[in-house]
Amino acid sequence: MIHLRRSSLLSAPLSFALSLLPLAVLPLTSRSALAQATPPTAAHPWSTIPIPALPAFNPRQPKRIELQNGLVIFLQEDHELPFIDGSILIRGGRRDEPSAKTGLVSLYGQAWRTSGTAALDGDTLDDQMENKAAKIETGGGLASTTLSWSSLKGDFDTVFPLATDLLLHPVFKEDKLDLAKQQIATGISRRNDSAEAIAGREVSQLAYGKNSPYGRQTEYASVDAVTLADLQSWHEKTVVPNGMIVSLSGDFDSGQMEAKLRTAFSGLKRGSLPAPVENKFTGPKPGIFFVEKNDVNQSSVNVFGLGTERNNPDLYALAVMNEIFSGGFGSRVVQEVRTKLGLAYSVGGSYGAAYDHPGLFVVGVGTKSESTVPATKAVLDEIGKLKTQPPSADELKSAKDQVLNSFIFNYDSPDKILNEQVTLAFYGYPLDFLEKYRVGVEKVSAADVTRVAGKYIDVSKLAIIVVGNEQQIKPQLSGLGTVTPVDVTIPPPPGGPAQAQ
Amino acid sequence: MYLERFIGRWLAIGILAAGSFAAAQDLASFERRTTVKVLPNGLTLVLCERPEAPVFSFYTLVNAGSANDPNGASGLAHMFEHMAFKGTDQVGTTDYAAEKVALEKVETAWAAYDVEFRKRVGQDPTRLAELKKSFDEAVAKAQSFVVPNQFSQIAEQNGATGINASTGEDSTQYFWSMPSNRLELWAYLESGRIGHPVEREFYKERDVVQEERRMRSDSSPTGRMVEQFLAAAYVAHPYRVPAVGWESEISQVNATEAEAFHKKYYVPANIVVAVVGDFKTASTLPVLERYFGAIPSGPKPEEMTTVEPRQFSEKTVVIREATQPFYIEGYHRPDYRDPDDAVYDAIADLFSNGRTARLYRSLVRDQKISAEAEGIPNFPGDKFPSMFAVYAVPLPGHTPEQMRVAIHKEFDLLKSQEISDAELARYKTRAKADLLRGLGNNEGLAQQLAEYQTRFGDWRELFRQLNKVDAVTKADVKRVANKIFVEGNRTSARIEYVAPSSKPGTAAPVAGQTGGGL
Repeated sequence: MIHLRRSSLLSAPLSFALSLLPLAVLPLTSRSALAQATPPTAAHPWSTIPIPALPAFNPRQPKRIELQNGLVIFLQEDHELPFIDGSILIRGGRRDEPSAKTGLVSLYGQAWRTSGTAALDGDTLDDQMENKAAKIETGGGLASTTLSWSSLKGDFDTVFPLATDLLLHPVFKEDKLDLAKQQIATGISRRNDSAEAIAGREVSQLAYGKNSPYGRQTEYASVDAVTLADLQSWHEKTVVPNGMIVSLSGDFDSGQMEAKLRTAFSGLKRGSLPAPVENKFTGPKPGIFFVEKNDVNQSSVNVFGLGTERNNPDLYALAVMNEIFSGGFGSRVVQEVRTKLGLAYSVGGSYGAAYDHPGLFVVGVGTKSESTVPATKAVLDEIGKLKTQPPSADELKSAKDQVLNSFIFNYDSPDKILNEQVTLAFYGYPLDFLEKYRVGVEKVSAADVTRVAGKYIDVSKLAIIVVGNEQQIKPQLSGLGTVTPVDVTIPPPPGGPAQAQ
Repeated sequence: MYLERFIGRWLAIGILAAGSFAAAQDLASFERRTTVKVLPNGLTLVLCERPEAPVFSFYTLVNAGSANDPNGASGLAHMFEHMAFKGTDQVGTTDYAAEKVALEKVETAWAAYDVEFRKRVGQDPTRLAELKKSFDEAVAKAQSFVVPNQFSQIAEQNGATGINASTGEDSTQYFWSMPSNRLELWAYLESGRIGHPVEREFYKERDVVQEERRMRSDSSPTGRMVEQFLAAAYVAHPYRVPAVGWESEISQVNATEAEAFHKKYYVPANIVVAVVGDFKTASTLPVLERYFGAIPSGPKPEEMTTVEPRQFSEKTVVIREATQPFYIEGYHRPDYRDPDDAVYDAIADLFSNGRTARLYRSLVRDQKISAEAEGIPNFPGDKFPSMFAVYAVPLPGHTPEQMRVAIHKEFDLLKSQEISDAELARYKTRAKADLLRGLGNNEGLAQQLAEYQTRFGDWRELFRQLNKVDAVTKADVKRVANKIFVEGNRTSARIEYVAPSSKPGTAAPVAGQTGGGL
């Protein structure tokens, strides 16, 4: 839990980026040439520039192996650099932890590696790895935990046994759990310093419910409740071969590697997998929610509701709708709110889709306090126009070209191909999902976009969260509707206030 | 999402045992596939073949950044970066001849308004309103010829990904990736915006940039602190001015000034364009020469005269507000051409890299006073003499003063005792690893080739820097530490938490500064 990273804090150069909000964004996908921006005319000299056919490209697919105990292995040879990287994805993550111990999986992800094994404590492992410029790391995520390693290929036979030792024989230590707890406590104490972060958290809580696996927050008390025994029991419960996917990429021979992995993992015994978590949500209560933050001169505004799942047959039409609405500089919301009105630097969002639960539909904008209401109205207008203004022929073509012509970037490196296959396998999606996606997008018509906009976009079901400086917000938010204040005061730790200044 | 992030993070981590380069990844292999061509107009092209997939990435590096902003026009380099996406005399307009006339009227109207607006005595509100009205009308007329965002849209529609640019103190850079069959189209777009940009929609883009400033600086506790930190640390050199600019200056800058900035700094002799990916240099170079060679030449801008004078005594900034505490300090150091440059990198590595790092083990693991602590070898840039900076994030209940004391203990240790052989070896091993890891993708490679070609006049320095790394000794580290990490060379900034005031909207941050010399 590193709260402040160098890249985001000090050395960050000023960026022209449209900083899209962090949500489940549909992938930009694409291939095929031929699409030209505009009909060739003298006024458009760029449209006469030849675009040859893209050379045939059939990248190597990873080799898939399934052991009798259910463990799945993907091997992706990549001989460009002399490294071997590996990762073990383990089913079960933050959404599966008990509510009263929210934070358990994050603590586990940190303390697992820093504690080490009976043979080698974490600090010594740090020394050994860093001396080789190698890494073994663990982490806790929403749906899974991960153990990964990376080394020069010549060090593989030293590093891999240490990684499997950590997988199979960890010894969780009290001091490392405490260290992880202090990192998370720091994050909690600082979570109200950023307006954007507050807005993002409130979106999850209001859309999924503050007690749901996708909306709940880590608090001092829930972190405090986690014990060493909890980490050990989580480990024993989740590290079972039928819940794990092992993937390797790098400079190795697949046949030899397969033999090594079979030796390492064939002896593991099957176990039970976590039960699926709650998957039905009603979405946010419509209305305006407000968090006061009096040290800012810019409001963070999110208009939001629930999105969909990636196995929805309407995914392709929704993807094209997203492109038209917010996919880059030419999209409607950027053209209007940023370029035409000059009301924001950061504006964007999408109708999001997650693999196995509804994603979020979020449109966010950062605008000076005084223009909070006009900017919010501009965003709401653009959302409304998705239903009232069908895409023009140019808009549809541009959006589809954008997806299809950049499709190659979904698989232009062996690692991207491997990651895609692992993700699809983890969520039980067909392995040709990407190709189906491309074909699906190619077939989308203007009528399809209009149909899905009518089916999925309902402004009356959306909520609005504003984090800003109330005194400066003129006209007042009440012009948008009834405002519900949200108290984001951080509940103090069980033993007393955290901020002992 | 989690999976992608995790793997993404892994790819950034470099690995290599000391001295063992893969045969395919040494300087000789890059010599065979890398070509440098300086065009007659002075523009430098660096082409590197990497036919792993039918795509390419480019990185255009303009050797001018916010440090080159004229006095009174801070933020201009960054403003121009935004304008580089507004199109050219061919892209983004319905009728450039008419638009050109309209844009000239906008400038005239702005100048008239600006004179009245800035009058210290005798400003006439009625006249000011009239002038504003004339300006608004001129803007509306010019706007009628604009095809908004057409430049970016052509790129996006043709499969460009990662379209972006950034402005730093030292330089401004533009980059994206595209399918390889769009290489000529890219050359058209890129050479067009370097050679013939049009400052359309300038005054609206100023509002966008003001929002960027509000987001990064005004509304961010650490953004506010860093701005004050740099303003205190530098008295003469432009590193004292935030790259995004001061609010008052952004609001007054005009398109005529942006054009002048372009004319002075965006000359071909001041630009390196690196392209990496799936193409044949023999057939591609003539195409690029045709497009980039057509950019009008101009004199290479003169080098900056200002050198930050020696600091006399420690300077301290204390911000008291209702946000969480933070501590940063910096020590002036020479620019990247200094013979000790790699020694600063070694100290930063020793202090910050991974869980074996000294600051982690001392402040985070053992003393348990900090969540994170790191050293940065060159802040805010490295083209000009900058600072070695260290920051620490206090754990709840701990103070910036504790961070400061703990950091100074680490500096004292560095000054009094040589580092271990293992620490030095680890730095060298990781430096080689980082280099090698960076060679495996088009984007990173294009960036590195452009940067080394700009800084050293030869991309090969990317590989040769390892000789400097190898030459660092334990004695060097101790010597440099004793030279630099001294009280009189220090500037520090901190956020001290104070409980929020009960009256909403009145908790404006208060910055105080003490010290600062004679």
